[in-house]
Amino acid sequence: MSDNGERIVPGKGLLDGLAVTLKTLTRRSTTQQYPDVQPDLPPRSRGVIALSEENCTVCMLCARECPDWCIYIDSHKEEVVVPGAARARQRNVLDRFDIDFSLCMYCGICIEVCPFDALHWTPEFEYAETDVLDLLHDKNRLGEWMRTVPPPPAHDVLGEPSKEEATAARKAAGPGAATAAKTARPAAVRATPRTTAPAAAPPAPARPAEPRPSAEAPAPEAKAEAPKPDPRPEADQ
Amino acid sequence: MELLIRVLAVLAGFLVLPLVVGQAEHKVMAHMQGRVGPMYAGAFHGWAQLIADGVKFVQKEDITPRDADRTVFRLAPLVALFPYLVVVMTIPIGPGLVAQSLDIGLFLVLAVLGIGVVAVLMSAWASANKYSLLGGVRGAAQLLGYELPLVLAAASVAMAAGTLSLPGIVEAWQPWWLIWQAPAALVFFISGLAEIRRPPFDMPIADSELVFGYMTEYTGLRFAFFLLAEYVGIVVIAALTTVLFLGGWHGPMEDQLGWLWTFLKIGVLSFVIIWLRVTYPRMREDQLQRLCWLILVPVALAQLVLTVAVKSLL
Ligand code: SF4
Ligand code: SF4
Repeated sequence: MSDNGERIVPGKGLLDGLAVTLKTLTRRSTTQQYPDVQPDLPPRSRGVIALSEENCTVCMLCARECPDWCIYIDSHKEEVVVPGAARARQRNVLDRFDIDFSLCMYCGICIEVCPFDALHWTPEFEYAETDVLDLLHDKNRLGEWMRTVPPPPAHDVLGEPSKEEATAARKAAGPGAATAAKTARPAAVRATPRTTAPAAAPPAPARPAEPRPSAEAPAPEAKAEAPKPDPRPEADQ
Repeated sequence: MELLIRVLAVLAGFLVLPLVVGQAEHKVMAHMQGRVGPMYAGAFHGWAQLIADGVKFVQKEDITPRDADRTVFRLAPLVALFPYLVVVMTIPIGPGLVAQSLDIGLFLVLAVLGIGVVAVLMSAWASANKYSLLGGVRGAAQLLGYELPLVLAAASVAMAAGTLSLPGIVEAWQPWWLIWQAPAALVFFISGLAEIRRPPFDMPIADSELVFGYMTEYTGLRFAFFLLAEYVGIVVIAALTTVLFLGGWHGPMEDQLGWLWTFLKIGVLSFVIIWLRVTYPRMREDQLQRLCWLILVPVALAQLVLTVAVKSLL
């Protein structure tokens, strides 16, 4: 009945339409007053792409994977003579890194594919130009966007520890604690170095002597600490 | 002397009311569509929007296309505006409050409203532009079609009142006419909308296919005149519906506040006209003609029969 009920009452749709507009008339508009008030963008917004030039190794992965081929990279090789080394090393130096934002479709593939975290999304979106040629951002301009890259979101407290963290914790804990550290959650990872590492290294630097937060401490601290025990066993040997 | 005062008063109303309606349209549309654009000019609630529009129109260059028929092209906006002025002259606001009371007021009003077609055809043909021409042809088809239900519905109420004079019709009006003449009122209102080419009956200026129809080549003040004509049209249709079907100045304390009732009713009807515009999409050409010939004309004819029947029974 309700399926074809609307067909039985002619003009119901017309009246419904009138009701909708009348209802909207009495409601406040929820439009964001953009030019007056800056929008509150989430940190993952895709505004423009920033380049951290120091991180880039000129591997060209981004340029090759870009579906629009709008990344232009030029580079040359430089010899780095390391005193005492058998032979000179070679290093890539970036001459040009341009992204043409008039072609870019903001797919994010270049950022995903960069193995060295040289490319980042930033939420900045106000870079309209009156000349389309000015939408070609060179490496200086891309580098300036780095200032606007938001900090990465905190890790999930209950998530599995990353491979690096687990390895670091295992190394710090020594051979016996390997299995425990592999499956441990961040709080446990934190707990392991606390009990074992200071015991193994009594004259360790001042860091372990810091007041220890309790086991319910927020996760980012645990993350920041976890990789640090890494050099300690080597220092002890 | 008194005639001069009346004419001046009508002229003032003719200039002010459309602006009020235009301002109302901006605001109501903005609220209904959840937009903030028309709320921007001026500090409070965008009160200066209409002034800004006016300044914009005055600044714009007045262009006449090279191949256009210059005189006709330039005359068309005035021809679109002028008949409404004549109509406003004959609309009674309160008891005895009318610029020019005529015995054949209704007849004159309907005849003069028909001049709108001429203005559309003038602008369409003189523009020497294919979009304008197509829009003009559509406009002519629409206006000629909707003239018929408009006249038939008005004839029904004239028969009921037994007079063609507008104040006479208001005098004769009884509250129960609201039911008895309701179909005629509806037909009159809808075909009136089509007559002033308001959305959803704006097929002649369908901007998505005809650029702007017969107004395509108009710029600056001439274009503003066309817009003004549209707003005056709203006032005129609302006023005629009020006078013919809603009892004009009838209401509580009608001897003192009659004019207020008239304006209130005109205001409400103008709001409805804007409301319809916001709610409904533009009708297709075939739907437009179908609505006219298959619904409005038969309903108007049936209303005529009903009116005659009730009249002869009483
Ligand atoms: S976001 Fe996509 S289209 Fe834009 S530069 Fe990166 S890979 Fe190319
Ligand atoms: S993928 Fe990353 S490291 Fe490789 S060239 Fe692109 S930005 Fe540089």
